[in-house]
Parts: sequence; C-alpha cells; structure tokens
Amino acid sequence: MSNLTREETEALIAEVLEVYPEKAKKDREKHLAVNDQSVEQSKKCITSNRKSLPGVMTIRGCAYAGSKGVVWGPIKDMIHISHGPVGCGQYSRAGRRNYYVGTTGINTFGTMNFTSDFQEKDIVFGGDKKLAKLIEEIEGLFPLNKGISVQSECPIGLIGDDIEAVSKKAAAAFNKPVVPVRCEGFRGVSQSLGHHIANDAIRDWVFERDGKDAQAFEPSPYDVTIIGDYNIGGDAWSSRILLEEMGLRVIAQWSGDGTLAEMENTPKAKLNLLHCYRSMNYISRHMEEKYGIPWIEYNFFGPTKINESLRRIAAFFDDSIKAKCEEVIAKYQPMVDAVVAKYKPRLTGKRVMLYVGGLRPRHVIGSYEDLGMEVVGTGYEFGHNDDYDRTIKEMGNSTLLYDDVTGFEFEEFVKKVKPDLVGSGIKEKYIFQKMGIPFRQMHSWDYSGPYHGYDGFAIFARDMDMTLNNPCWHKLTPPWLKPAEEAEPMAKAA
Amino acid sequence: MANIMIRRGDKGEYVFYLPKRDLEDTIVSMEFDTPEKWGGEIKLNNGGAYLIEPQAAPERLPYSVRAKRLDAAE
Ligand code: SF4
Repeated sequence: MSNLTREETEALIAEVLEVYPEKAKKDREKHLAVNDQSVEQSKKCITSNRKSLPGVMTIRGCAYAGSKGVVWGPIKDMIHISHGPVGCGQYSRAGRRNYYVGTTGINTFGTMNFTSDFQEKDIVFGGDKKLAKLIEEIEGLFPLNKGISVQSECPIGLIGDDIEAVSKKAAAAFNKPVVPVRCEGFRGVSQSLGHHIANDAIRDWVFERDGKDAQAFEPSPYDVTIIGDYNIGGDAWSSRILLEEMGLRVIAQWSGDGTLAEMENTPKAKLNLLHCYRSMNYISRHMEEKYGIPWIEYNFFGPTKINESLRRIAAFFDDSIKAKCEEVIAKYQPMVDAVVAKYKPRLTGKRVMLYVGGLRPRHVIGSYEDLGMEVVGTGYEFGHNDDYDRTIKEMGNSTLLYDDVTGFEFEEFVKKVKPDLVGSGIKEKYIFQKMGIPFRQMHSWDYSGPYHGYDGFAIFARDMDMTLNNPCWHKLTPPWLKPAEEAEPMAKAA
Repeated sequence: MANIMIRRGDKGEYVFYLPKRDLEDTIVSMEFDTPEKWGGEIKLNNGGAYLIEPQAAPERLPYSVRAKRLDAAE
C-alpha cells in the first residue's frame, strides 16, 4: 500500500477516535498526531507524559519497573531486594535479558529474585523488622555482594515503612552501601518517574557515600562512560569495543553488566556518553553540574548513525583519537557494505510501525533506513516532550505519531496503515502475528541481539529479513478458504 | 519558586531545565547577560517565562538556581 497523505492520516486518526465517549476522545486526541517536520516543538502537536485513561488498555509499566527493572536491576554485583509482595519481582524476573559476566549467586546476582514476600501481617504491623532480618540473611548467604538496594513496591509507601532508617542501620552494621529507593509503583504516570527516582537515589546514596573514593583509580585523558545502555542481548559490549578500538577507555557501563565500583568511578570520567536519554539524562545532568563532566547523546543503531556518533564523540578528544575513529569506521565499512548488499534488496521499500519505550522509537529509525525500509508510524510508552522534539526531525512528513497508544488504537492503525512489519513488545506480539503481520519485539530484541554497533547491525538486518520474508506469512489462509483458481493446480497435481 | 538548571546547548545557547517536571527547553531571551549582572526575566521557546533574581554570572554552567514562574507554558 502506498503511503498515506496528510489528510488521509488525519482522517484515520479521526476514525479511530470515533468509538470513544466524548471525554475520552478529547483526551486521546491530544496524544495522536500527524508528523510535520516544520513543527519545532512537539508540544504544539502532541501531548505526552500524562496519566493514562482508566478503561483503556495502556502498555505502560510502573515506577518500580523503571527503577528495579531498568536502572538498578542490571548492576550485577549488588543485590536488589523487591521489597513488598512477591509478585512484582517474580513476574518480571530476568525478563529484560541484561547480559553480564560473573557467577550468578556467588559474585553476581542479576537473574536472581530477592523479595521480602510481604504477608498480611507485614502489611498490618509493618515490614521494617522483616527487612532488617532479610538484609542480615543476605549478608550470611551471599557475602560477596558489594551492596544492597531496597526497591519499594506499592505497599511500602502505603503503610509508611521507614526503609531509610533500616537501610542506614544496615549500611553501618555491614559497612557497605544499602540504598533505599522510593520507587513505589503508584508514583508518576509510567516507569519514567521510576527512572528519575532511581537516578536520584544513585546521586544521593552512591555518589554521596563516605568512603566511596577508597578504591585506587588511575585517571587517563581518554576515560569515558557508557550511560543508559542496559546490555540487552549484549548491546553494551558491541558498543564498548568500538569505543575501545578508537583509543578511548570505558571506565563504566550504566548499568548493563555494570558494577557498583564502576558507578562510583563515573564522576572521574572525562565524558559521559548517553545512549538512553530518557532513563539516565537526570544523572548526566547532575554530573555535569557537580563534577563538570560534559555529556552527549549518541546513537549506535545502524551504520549511518554510528559513523555520525563516533565522529561526534571523537571531536571531544585530540587528533590521535580522531584519526583512530576514521580507522575504525573504515575497518568496518566492508562488513557494513556486505550486510547492506545482502539484505537491502530483500527489505527495500518495506514499511514499519514501531511502538516502544522511551528511546528506541526514534533511535532505531536509522537502522531501518540503512536497509531501505521506512518507518511510517512511531510512538513512546513513556516519552516526554523533549523526546518527541527529537523524534519529529527523524520521521517523515505525514507519518503517524502516537503517545501511550491504547491496545485498540494500535490495532486499528495497523489494520489501516498495513505496515509490512510491526516492532513493539511481548504484549503486542501475538495480536499482530495472528493478524498475519510480521512482528519483532523491540524491547528484548525477540531473544536475539545485540543490535548496537556494526556487529549488532548485521544481526539486526538478518533478524528483520528472517521475520519479514518468512514463508509462513503466505500460509495463513487454509487451502479450503483460498479462491478456486489458486487451489486448481493442486487438484490437478493430485 | 522552582529549582531550575541552566546549561549551554550545542549551539552555545542557554538551555532551561526544570527537574521537577522534566521540562527541557531553550531560552530565547535573558534580560541581563553580562558577567556582573545576569538573570532577570527569561523567556522560553515554549512561551513560558521565569524570573531569576539578577546576580553575578555563574562561573561555570550548568548552574542550578531558584526561579519564579511568571508565565507558565501549557
Ligand atoms: S504497580 Fe505496585 S504492585 Fe504493581 S508491579 Fe508496580 S510496584 Fe508492584
């Protein structure tokens, strides 16, 4: 199907909104827009970061998910207690595939679930004693942990437990950081506030901790950090090697495959490299003000953006780095050319609709374009105005933008726009596959990855081809429902 | 009164950031912008306006400062 014009897209939005009652319609209207590159500010066309409407199917998560699942969870040598009832932690356990090296249960704890498993009596009488006991038990069972964080679930805020007091006492007793995080799920409208709270907790409890500078650290003029890369399927690793080949020294990964020591060393870096702007801009801003470390956003999806980003990063350093940066780009060029030569002919002209979290809706556009594909609709679960500001320029004119899209709207849009591929999360996957539309999970890379860096691009291209050109999509209509002419040759053959 | 942070953007312009609401925007005009006197009324790209008590210019940006909201955007 050819692309929609501006009027057609507007008509489509109006049509989808038709089913809502008046009030809901008025609200949802503000979250759906037709892209117009001439608009400088997203807030003129789209509203974001607002409470979801009761009654619609939102795809968002909670603040606890933002803090425990995204920011703190991947820090591998700390133990993150899901403080409250057992479900929040258990149902999200190890779901994000933040890869790490280490021996789980001995010196790393990434895929394990620690919870205080609240019962009725803890809600009634308070859970502080239980928390203190739990921390003691952890110290006995897992003595090699470098620290503990207490990730509050909803009830903690509701019953008014004093986790700060317990944490302080435990930190003094065991002489390691114990970080209380007030990320109860009911705070804010989405996981986004959880990221912010988690960032603030790092600022207050990790950076401000006495004795954090005890470890030996020899600075070099080329120290950089990777911030906001969660190493999904190994993303941070395929990014890190590029920076290292360029002559830079990566002193910390936040937080995929990251450690407490790396976090503590971050204020000694020369430059903070920020991948996921949405979840970690807060701490980058703080470090810029407090320690004078500049930060830049970069994008390691697809060769065009990677080259651009590498050069931007190199521009911060001396000529030797700049020269090596060009060498790195030249070194990978043949590989990139081969990937493009192989997959572009198979993927050119295909149209994609995305709906992901807070970064990828705009960051992956480059990867698709490098393969000759086109993104015709995109939207964020929990993006803010500044995210949409950055998105408008990346998207073509009269493409669809949808913020905090509801299950219904998303399905309707896909039915009408008929993209060749949809990229979203596990909750959306089976709906669209059953509709006969190729689908990739763009949160967990559909159990594949990494997708960052040049190596990641090769995997990305293969995966998209594998999904889009899979023969199964022609087999969705059973033979007895096929029109007669098509069935004819079969009958003759038999 | 709100806590805001002012930093330099890519093109050397002032950028306004309101942590409480995660609001980032460029500053289109600042009343006073000399080393001795800095601040005053600032106007944002989104139409909002804030007042920073005029003061000596900060030695280094980013700089956090209290500001009064004169005219909110949105
Ligand atoms: S909203 Fe509350 S109860 Fe639900 S997962 Fe988040 S923290 Fe747990």
